[in-house]
Amino acid sequence: MSTERERDDHDSGGTFGDYGGQYVPEALMPALQELEDAYERYVLENEDGFMDEFRERMHDFGGRPTPLQRADRLSERYDREIYLKREDLVHGGAHKLNNALGQVLLAKYMGKERIIAETGAGQHGTATAMAAAHLDMPCEIYMGRTDVNRQRPNVYRMRMNGAEVNPVEAGSGTLKEAINETMRDWATTVERTHYVIGSVVGPHPFPQMVRDFQSVIGDEIREQVQEKAGRLPDSVVACAGGGSNTMGTFHAFVPDSEVDLYAVEAGGSSLEIDEASGVAPNSATLSTGTDGVLHGAMTKLLQSGDGQIMESHSVSAGLDYAGVGPELSHLVDTGRVTPASVDDEDALNGFHRLSRLEGIIPALESSHALGYLEKRYEDLGELVVVNVSGRGDKDLETVLEETEKRDLAAAPEVEVFDG
Amino acid sequence: MTDGSESYDSDVEAAIRENHPALITYITAGDRSLEDTKAYVEALDRGGSDLIELGLPFSEPIAEGPTIQAAINRALEAGTTPQGFFELVDDLETEAPLLVMTYYNMILQYGSEPDVRPFVERAAEAGLAGIIVPDLPAEEADPLRRACDDHGLDLVFIIAPTTEGERLEAIMSQVSGFAYVQARLGTTGARANVSTATHDSLARLSEYDVPKAVGFGVSEGDHAAEIVEAGADGVIVGSALVDIIASSETPDAAVDELEATARELKRGARRGAGEEDAPEPEQP
Repeated sequence: MSTERERDDHDSGGTFGDYGGQYVPEALMPALQELEDAYERYVLENEDGFMDEFRERMHDFGGRPTPLQRADRLSERYDREIYLKREDLVHGGAHKLNNALGQVLLAKYMGKERIIAETGAGQHGTATAMAAAHLDMPCEIYMGRTDVNRQRPNVYRMRMNGAEVNPVEAGSGTLKEAINETMRDWATTVERTHYVIGSVVGPHPFPQMVRDFQSVIGDEIREQVQEKAGRLPDSVVACAGGGSNTMGTFHAFVPDSEVDLYAVEAGGSSLEIDEASGVAPNSATLSTGTDGVLHGAMTKLLQSGDGQIMESHSVSAGLDYAGVGPELSHLVDTGRVTPASVDDEDALNGFHRLSRLEGIIPALESSHALGYLEKRYEDLGELVVVNVSGRGDKDLETVLEETEKRDLAAAPEVEVFDG
Repeated sequence: MTDGSESYDSDVEAAIRENHPALITYITAGDRSLEDTKAYVEALDRGGSDLIELGLPFSEPIAEGPTIQAAINRALEAGTTPQGFFELVDDLETEAPLLVMTYYNMILQYGSEPDVRPFVERAAEAGLAGIIVPDLPAEEADPLRRACDDHGLDLVFIIAPTTEGERLEAIMSQVSGFAYVQARLGTTGARANVSTATHDSLARLSEYDVPKAVGFGVSEGDHAAEIVEAGADGVIVGSALVDIIASSETPDAAVDELEATARELKRGARRGAGEEDAPEPEQP
């Protein structure tokens, strides 16, 4: 874990350069102090053997370590070494369990009685519901109405694990609204409830703590790639919504200036923003956002000139968010991370390509990273690692529907699925 | 800061101390339209408000309950902008000093670069007396407080039921205008009764000689009476007034009801201070 390594210069005191902080209602401040204290003691200092228990549970319950797989047909297609980090093989089907299990366990160590969480695609909600069931904690999940409708399998899974799923009707019914509602619940019940934030966003210490729980991804890649290829990769590619798999993948490589880091965002249908309508047809915050405060942190945002937060868009519910983690914003500003984006269509092609060529059905989130690989492989060097952050079972309905609308080169004939 | 004397540096503190027990009212600017807001604010002023908070709508109001969240959505749909908001304030002439209540991002984004100063300068120019920011805890408030100090505006801090010990001490030493005492955990919204957390909070604050006003859940004269009786210097009412705007058939009907409700709330506050036979607030 990165926590055993020397702390980076840029993440002291809850800020990353100009980003981060704690912009929350006063009622929540004591809870953030309590969490910061617990994070330092249990996560950073392994008090009461917290980290030992976490690692053991991630191994036995979570299925870690996940493989770093050489993708033979992609390697052939692009004429270079392509490795896939298989986070889709973590229990629950995505990297989200790394963080959810860590936080639910921490809440238990803190003596909290109840877990709440927001979810976009449902992967974080599912992971939290699983972790809560595993550790015997009551759990409520807030999910935007639009996302409830487009991610039904995950809604069922959360319910199977005993979590209550509360659909949020406000706004466009996606992740942003779900976070607002979860914050309101937390402000009401803060004394006994822990809010499991699902990405490297929100007030300090969440961005740092979530990154630490997720940094197992990059730590494993670092070890595995040296074992398999005998050296560090030339580039590492991960998709970025809020940025938890991105930071988890990149953190171990930040000091290695010879490794290029690419954060691939959802370009949606266009990178243009219609400010008058308050809608961004993309979720490419790192590429097109401006600095501001949302959900407890100073970071890059999709916002109007007046400061109203835009509705974002992506074919992938998990990337559909107008903000991004403050540490990623900082790493982009300092030039360490290169922001990139691909549109909905490239992501759908990435989905079909990996499914056909490698027998792996990736999440639509991860498909953005694969879309970028197809478009820019020539710039990525001889040895490339792509993080497959999750599996795509949850996205099948969306993919069928969206594929039918388009003439996609990589797609199979959709008609064969009819009847 | 208060020094216990009869002269006040702060218009906000003076408004509370001189009109004790004070009525502080809130509505969202641009709810229905900015033109209607002007009439509503004037009605609240006539009804005996001693301070009036005007909400500048932000799209992600995480500290608000459903009533004010809906008002904010109506205001945004009606096209309310910070520019329009300040023009409204330029036009208003009220007895009661006006405060703006908004979220930190709105303050940061006013002007060409993210910076709090252009907003504070414009607020001072428009004649606002203070600023309340529900998502800005004392720890992050230095830049805004410095700007407010430079322009003679109060930056009002919220004291939550969870604010205790050293944090309470630290915040109380920085209070300007008044301490906004949050009556209960959670979000804004009218409630049927006064929370016991209110009594606990007021007891915790009793040793501090700063005006204390209680909000979050206050909706009727009897609440106001109970809160003042428990030691508050003022009561803050928002959602109950926003409900009137939302449910009235015409803006004129809302104007009449807002004025009457403010009067009833002020009477309630006076009852709580033992001024049962207090004269009606003066008619304009």
